[in-house]
Amino acid sequence: MRGANLAALVIFVLLAATPWLAEFWGGSYLTSLVMKAMILGIAALSLDLLIGHAGMVSFGHAAFVGIGAYTTGIMITEGAPNLAHILPMTIAIAAAFALITGAISLRTSGVYFIMITLAFGQMVFFTMSSLSDYGGDDGLTLWERADAFGTGLFDSDTGLFYTILATLITVTLLLRRLIGSRFGRVLRAAKQNPTRVESMGYSVFAYRLTAYVIAGIIAALAGVLFANQAEFVSPATAAWQRSGDLIIMVVLGGMGLRHGALFGALAIVLLEEGLSTLTHDWRLIFGPMLVLMVLYTKGGIAGLLEKRGET
Amino acid sequence: MLSLVNLDKHFGALHVTDNVSLDLHPGECHALIGPNGAGKTTLIQQISGTLQPDSGQILFNGTDITALPPHRRAQAGLGRTFQITSILPEFTVLENVALAVQATQGSSFRFLRSVTGEWRINKRAYDCLALFNLADRANRPASALSHGEKRLLELAIAIAGEPKALLLDEPMAGMGKEESATLTDTLLTLKRDYPILLVEHDMDAVFALADRVSVLVYGQIVASGTPDEVRANPQARAAYLGEEAC
Repeated sequence: MRGANLAALVIFVLLAATPWLAEFWGGSYLTSLVMKAMILGIAALSLDLLIGHAGMVSFGHAAFVGIGAYTTGIMITEGAPNLAHILPMTIAIAAAFALITGAISLRTSGVYFIMITLAFGQMVFFTMSSLSDYGGDDGLTLWERADAFGTGLFDSDTGLFYTILATLITVTLLLRRLIGSRFGRVLRAAKQNPTRVESMGYSVFAYRLTAYVIAGIIAALAGVLFANQAEFVSPATAAWQRSGDLIIMVVLGGMGLRHGALFGALAIVLLEEGLSTLTHDWRLIFGPMLVLMVLYTKGGIAGLLEKRGET
Repeated sequence: MLSLVNLDKHFGALHVTDNVSLDLHPGECHALIGPNGAGKTTLIQQISGTLQPDSGQILFNGTDITALPPHRRAQAGLGRTFQITSILPEFTVLENVALAVQATQGSSFRFLRSVTGEWRINKRAYDCLALFNLADRANRPASALSHGEKRLLELAIAIAGEPKALLLDEPMAGMGKEESATLTDTLLTLKRDYPILLVEHDMDAVFALADRVSVLVYGQIVASGTPDEVRANPQARAAYLGEEAC
């Protein structure tokens, strides 16, 4: 365990120092890139609760990010920019959507679960594309950021940056506790052998649905941050490609392993960025790299870091 | 305790459970025997709730549980083991049992407190493991146990859930002669505390444990009674005992 924790600590310190580092190199470009990476990290962490710990491969997780982003965008546009209103609304919508689609999706498993979550994700995507009052296909530009409970925290990039970092750390700690709790144990057990867990007296369905709702809410909060960071929301936020990216982050980082999703998110964003400055056809390098990583690193990046610690 | 009333189940044209009625009384071990394909597993699945009968009723402690899902039946006190070893391979031996204990100790919709620190759960789990001489294996991954130990772990999990009755589906499956004999002794002790419905191929074990035996052939119960009565029953002999006289 030590390797991954140490790496995470170094990463958190580096992240915290980014606004300061940016004054010497990269400027606002660097801070906005790192903000994007952290937001994706939050979304990927929540997806890892489902994939890594509950064995539920959801292919529609970006829909929740989209829900958070659009709720923020629409409320700001409609003159209700206070987070005190945006957050409860986002949580309520994301929870309701997760409850309904989760209850239906969880009637299936395996490949069917992947396909049905994909279908629900696409429903959200197309719904957003058809919101002609809010930009339709083209998306919606925000003329101001949300009002952070009247503190003006989001008025500066630095304020927003540290809000995102604080959220990332909170989500990391919260999910770790969750996984080690009674609830988390049932969830991890049901991943290995649902029939056994049922026969012990647990409704696997209820636990999985709860996990689905929790993950959905966290992803939607990532969406709120995303809308504020980009000052722009578009249906692309909820597109299936984005859901796929999140899955790749989780897998590359190390499914179910400590900090795995965070490593994955940072690695992918930075690789994308680094490679695309080298060549226009960066995907030609990126693709094979992913394949090699998945083939030769069991447990992804976190697995590599922990190799010396255990087994 | 547990009563099956006129259970019926078809798989297409195949009549797998044909008007089966069966009782498990408090304090007894009732063995269900029969040749392969007689429908024992299908019957077990209907009792534990993974399969719904076409008609008939299942009563447990006087309440109708026919329509309940498996986890509700477990909550009602029906503990079970599986024909094919069914444990949580990635968990430690202790955690396997602790999860079953946890189900008896209030809600598991608790999200923040560390469960490994709940000593009440751990203590009870250790006690259950000790019953089956598995206490020294507590911190091993369950997948590292031998086959025989895994079968014992299954029993420990079932007991940890504080059941009112046990449903044991071929607990001796895959065990050597000596191991079976030891397990038979263990089950004899368990029998004092839990009524047991036992499905088993090992006739030595069946006749050592059972107070009553029912013979299932082609989905029908062809004979039922004390071990001696069943041994003497020509229909039962023809269907089962004679063929397995090895």
